[in-house]
Amino acid sequence: MRYENLLDSLGHTPLVGLPRLSPPASRGSGAEVRLWAKLEDRNPTGSVKDRAAFFMVAQAEKDGLLSPGSVILEPTSGNTGISLAMVARLRGYRLIVVMPENTSEERRQLLRMYGAEIIGSPAAGGSNEAVRVARQIAAEHPDWVMLYQYGNEANVRAHYETTGPEILADLPGITHFVAGLGTTGTLMGVGRYLRERNPDVKIVAAEPRYGELVYGLRNVDEGFVPELYDSSVLTTRFSVSSADALRRTRELITSEGIFAGISAGAALHAGLGMAAKAMAAGERADIVILVADGGWKYLSTGAYSGTLDEAEARLEGQLWA
Amino acid sequence: MAIEVRIPTILRTYTDGAKQIEGAGSTLDELITDLEKRHAGLRERLVDGGGLRRFVNVYLNDEDVRFLAGLETPVKDGDTVTVLPAVAGGAR
Repeated sequence: MRYENLLDSLGHTPLVGLPRLSPPASRGSGAEVRLWAKLEDRNPTGSVKDRAAFFMVAQAEKDGLLSPGSVILEPTSGNTGISLAMVARLRGYRLIVVMPENTSEERRQLLRMYGAEIIGSPAAGGSNEAVRVARQIAAEHPDWVMLYQYGNEANVRAHYETTGPEILADLPGITHFVAGLGTTGTLMGVGRYLRERNPDVKIVAAEPRYGELVYGLRNVDEGFVPELYDSSVLTTRFSVSSADALRRTRELITSEGIFAGISAGAALHAGLGMAAKAMAAGERADIVILVADGGWKYLSTGAYSGTLDEAEARLEGQLWA
Repeated sequence: MAIEVRIPTILRTYTDGAKQIEGAGSTLDELITDLEKRHAGLRERLVDGGGLRRFVNVYLNDEDVRFLAGLETPVKDGDTVTVLPAVAGGAR
């Protein structure tokens, strides 16, 4: 495939079957249950966020908010920052990211290589705190543009216009779509697109369950729900422990050869739960798991070495999704 | 056997620091009422006039109860109920 530049190569990622993880007992029964993975690491900077970043910047340009040398500010502890760093670099903008101090080293190195500047926010409180700090900074610099991935409709639209249509074109008989729940952009965009065309498709959120530090708030009313979140788009939502996410991430590589980030493991865990339900009900299922990124950025967390128990212990307290 | 309820750090002031408490009831609502007897003030942090408070998420065996039957979700012995504050979470 040939493209004029990197940005043009966005999306059109492969949908690959998971024959070894799909329940063998269902084969040939007429009620086959199959699992599929949408490989979003096959994007320009290696994650699903490239779609959102591109659409958010394009919309801001269209709205006249950005001109050469403009500053983009964003609370992001990883993939969105990297995606934005690439887009900003290619389009001539300056990017400042606000991220928790305990995110993995690979991300920081990559961000700096793209020319982004990093402002650290306290590890305790995770992305909540990064959002608060970014909002404070944005208030002090009204000419800076905060795209705000948690509330920017272009994030959802990226998935409504690209990810969703790609999936349906590749798998018209899709019965379930399972993805990690973060900004909620992917689930809202793909969910709306698929359910408009087939209201029976199940949209399943896999919400990572972190270590205690991330849930550290002064009071419960300080909580945060992304503005993009519309629960009516979801069929259900699971809380997935880091232990389960890690176990499944390892299964993805050992059973299917797919080296994925840990949120993919969380999505796979929820997807396997859906597969079991379909099997029990004797129903056909074509379940798509979104693999948001590859495992590269998580190697330094120790998740991919040693025994599962050792890796789980190491993962505790780290931001893994 | 009872119902195991996991409590986030921020609500442990109501449980004398315990991360896990036990209760009984046939619905989530009854369970919370039961917990309130031994952990006064807990109910008000979880529930307001309209049901579960906005920034409180409750999971029954890891599934968000807002997608089950909310406060009327049936619960039974051996179930695990997890309470977590709504947060922006990890790396995006």
